[in-house]
Parts: sequence; C-alpha cells; structure tokens
Amino acid sequence: MAEKTEPAAAAASRLAGEMEVEAYRRLFPLAFLERHLGESVRPDARRLSEARPTTVALGAVSSAHGSALVRLGDTAMLASVKLEVMSPPAESSDEAVEFHMPPICSPLVRPGRPADVAPVISKALEDVLMSSGMLNLKELCLISGKASWLAYLDICCLNADGSLFDAALISAVAAFTHLEIPLVSVGDDGRVFTVGGNEGKTKFELVNREKRKLTLGDIPFSLTCALHKDSILVDPTSEEESIIETYVTVVVDSSDRIVSIQKLGGTVTSMTAVKECISLAKERRRKLREILIDSVEVMEVDQTE
Amino acid sequence: MEGTSRADGRNPNQLRPFSCTGNPLNRAHGSARWAQGDTVVLAAVYGPKPGTRKGENPEKACIEVVWKPKTGQIGRQERVYEMTLKRTLQSICMLTVHPNTTTSVVLQVVGDDGSLLPCAINASCAALAFAGIPLKHLAVAIGCGVVENGGVILDTNTAEEQQLKSFAHLVFPSSRKVVGSKEPKQKDVEFERGLITSISHGVMSEDDYLNCIERGVAASSRISDFMRKTLQKEAASVAA
Repeated sequence: MAEKTEPAAAAASRLAGEMEVEAYRRLFPLAFLERHLGESVRPDARRLSEARPTTVALGAVSSAHGSALVRLGDTAMLASVKLEVMSPPAESSDEAVEFHMPPICSPLVRPGRPADVAPVISKALEDVLMSSGMLNLKELCLISGKASWLAYLDICCLNADGSLFDAALISAVAAFTHLEIPLVSVGDDGRVFTVGGNEGKTKFELVNREKRKLTLGDIPFSLTCALHKDSILVDPTSEEESIIETYVTVVVDSSDRIVSIQKLGGTVTSMTAVKECISLAKERRRKLREILIDSVEVMEVDQTE
Repeated sequence: MEGTSRADGRNPNQLRPFSCTGNPLNRAHGSARWAQGDTVVLAAVYGPKPGTRKGENPEKACIEVVWKPKTGQIGRQERVYEMTLKRTLQSICMLTVHPNTTTSVVLQVVGDDGSLLPCAINASCAALAFAGIPLKHLAVAIGCGVVENGGVILDTNTAEEQQLKSFAHLVFPSSRKVVGSKEPKQKDVEFERGLITSISHGVMSEDDYLNCIERGVAASSRISDFMRKTLQKEAASVAA
C-alpha cells in the first residue's frame, strides 16, 4: 500500500506544480514573460531572434489558378489567386485583395462581427504587393485594348497565432509563384473564354500558346518584431502580441530596400531598436527566399512524376 | 538640393501654415480644428464614458475612434486610419487613471490636400488635451516625402504625394521643455528622438528612411512648440 500511495503523492505534487505554472501564466502574463526574457528565452523555448519554423505548400486549392498554404509556427494561411477575363479591360479594382479572418481562426473573432485587424491587413497587403513591383501588370494583358486578366487574391486565415501579416504576405507571394495562366480562345461572338484539357488545344484557335507562369520582379518579405523595454522578440505569437503592445513590421525586397515599415502606436522606441529590426528583417528575407525556392522545386518534382 | 523649390514655392524643410482652433464644438467635451495648409481635420472627444467595449481590457481605459471621410462611403482606408489613430492615441494616454471607461474620438475630414493622417493625429491630440484626458505626453505628427535624388521634403501636399515614389507619416513624442538651465540627461535626448508611429508608403532605401526620421524629429520640435502655445492660450482664455 505504501508503494502505491507514494507515486500517487508524487504525481499529485507534480500536477500541483504544473497547474501553478499554467495559472501563473494566465494571471500574471507580463511577469511570466519577463521571467523568461531575463534568461534570454521565450515561453516556447525560442531564442529572442529566432523565428518559428515556416513551411510553404503550393497548389493547396486545386480549383484555383494559383494557391499556397503557409504555416508560420501555428499560424496558418491559405491564399488563392483566381483569374477572370475582363473585356473590355477594367480599371484596377480596389477590392482585388481580400483577407478573411473567419471565426475558426481565433477565439477572439465572433461570427457576424468581422475582426478589427482584417481590413487593415488587406489594405497593407495590397499596398505592399502593388508598390514592391513584384507583379508587372502588363503581363496580365491578353488582347491589347480589348481583353485582360483580372486577378482576385483571397487569403483566408485558418489559425491566428501572431505575425498574421508576415504569413499572409508569404502566402500571397507563394500563390503568385504557383500561378499558371490558363489557355484562352476567342469565340464566335467575340467573347474570350478559357479552354481546358488537351483536346481544347487542337479544337480551338488559341490566343496564347501555352500555359505560362508570371515573371515576378522583386519579391517582398516581411518580419514582425515585438519591442519590450530592451528586448526585441522576433515573430511574436498571439500570446506575446497581447502582452507586448508594441510591434514593428518591416517589409524588405531582394535589393534590401524597405518596401514598408509599419509601427502603429506602442511605447516610444529609439532609433537603434528600429535599425535592429530592419537588419533582422534582412536576415529573415534570405531564409524565407530559400524556403520559397525549395517549395517551388518540390512542386515541380511532384508535377513531373 | 537645398535651393530646390517645390511646386508651391516652399523649400524642402518648410511646413505649410498651421492653425489650431480650440473647442469649436461646444457640445463635445473637447474639440480641435487643425489646419495644415488646405488639409483641415475636425476632431471631437467625448468621454470618459462608463463601460468598455466587449473584448477590451476592463482594467484600462479604452479609446474608440470614428473616422468620417469628406466624401464617399466608409471603406477599408477609413478602417486603417481608425486603427492607426486608436493605437497611437492609446500609447499617449494614461489608461490606468480611469479604468473601465471609453473615450470616443470622432474625426471629420473637412479638407484633404495631403498629409491627412498627420493632420488628424495632431487634431486628435489637441482635442484630447482640451478635453482634459490625462496624457503622458503630446504626440506630434509629420509627413515626409523622399525625392528622387534622396532628399527629403516635409509636409507633402496631394500633388507631391502622387508624384513621389515614397513617403512616410511619422509621429514623435512632443519635446520636453527644459526648466531652468539643467543639462538634458541622456535619457531625455533618447526620448526626444524616439518614434511612436511610423507608416511608410512606397519603396525607399534604409538611408532614405533614417533621413526622413532625422528631418521629422527636427520639424517636430517646431510643431510641438506651436501646440504648447495653443494649449496655453486656450487654458488662459478658459480661466479668464
């Protein structure tokens, strides 16, 4: 009997220890975080300047012309690009980029009440994609003056765990990398329509020879850093974002120019901290570029098999 | 570069004529009409009112911003402005003085000729001060544009913003007035050169961005002097 109760008591005391840590985490989140920062580590055991593991999977949505599923730690984003023929060509549409945060992504998003941060991220994404020069809009022209492609980019957040803008930007870029413009032909009534399948190639007279990919210019990559007193936490989780109200999002392109810097409110930050964030963003860009190139290679291998 | 004049005849470091009218709305708890050239924004502050919105921290005061554009429907751009203002104002207010309350800031764009967001931030900061909401320090906002050869022009108007490849809206804390002949401490100097909010549009090099910040800090001291004088004048006229 003595042997049985001993492990039970030890288990109970161990459980009591664990419960206290979790309760401490909920009741005093700032103190919990600062005790970790004192040891230069974060609650999920990352170093301060370490980002979460990132995976990119292209072609996640088979019905879209280009799509990508990105995971940045626990944050998951699904981006898809759909092309539609517009004749005559429309002016650049204001609502071509949509960022959705459905209630599945976070307990803070209620059905029927859109998240506050969703339109802000949509607008920021649109600004970054347009101003970075990644997309050459002339490539979307079909018959000059008569018809052109209109691309709709939809990004759906599946799990919101911090650094939403970073994950959304990678997924948008990956979806455009995966994008293949479909074959089109002109019908008898002058309407342009898409043609699918192999028999379409011989039956109809095609406007474009073969399915082609867009040539992308300078690809932008972003990094969000949370700033707390003297520490800079790279790629914060949603728990860290709710405790630390100050963060900077830096977007850099491949020539190390700043595409966008967004710091909305928070504590007064010194310029040294901002410069540090910019250099961390440049480092992150190199890693993200490799991850993107690897994922493209994986997809091409899959397609040839 | 220094001698280059801009389309409206200003030199690169010159700001448009400023004006701030205190409390033009007598039903609001505090209001301000801030004009920078032809860009005019009217800000009204109501509060603190009891209760916070659902999901906000009840141990702190909450700031709610409503942005009314001059024309057109409310769309994404207005939501971006609202969030930017909310986060900026939350960082300058002392939120623990009145916990579980909501302060509403309503902004109406009367005229838009460039640098709209900096004008709105200045207007709402002045309105909060007129309403007597406890603030840690004032926020001073300025718009800087980057010209082709790397120069920086301040307080851009609409024509300049459309032509420029990139520009940034920056918000700094107002400079502290040194009382007596104390030497400024190291921390004070760092505080003055700190940044509250920064929003950039368009691609610029890192040096261009740091240049913008340098020029912005220099100009922010002029704007904060102007704000301080306006607040003192208004306080004197209320006391009289």
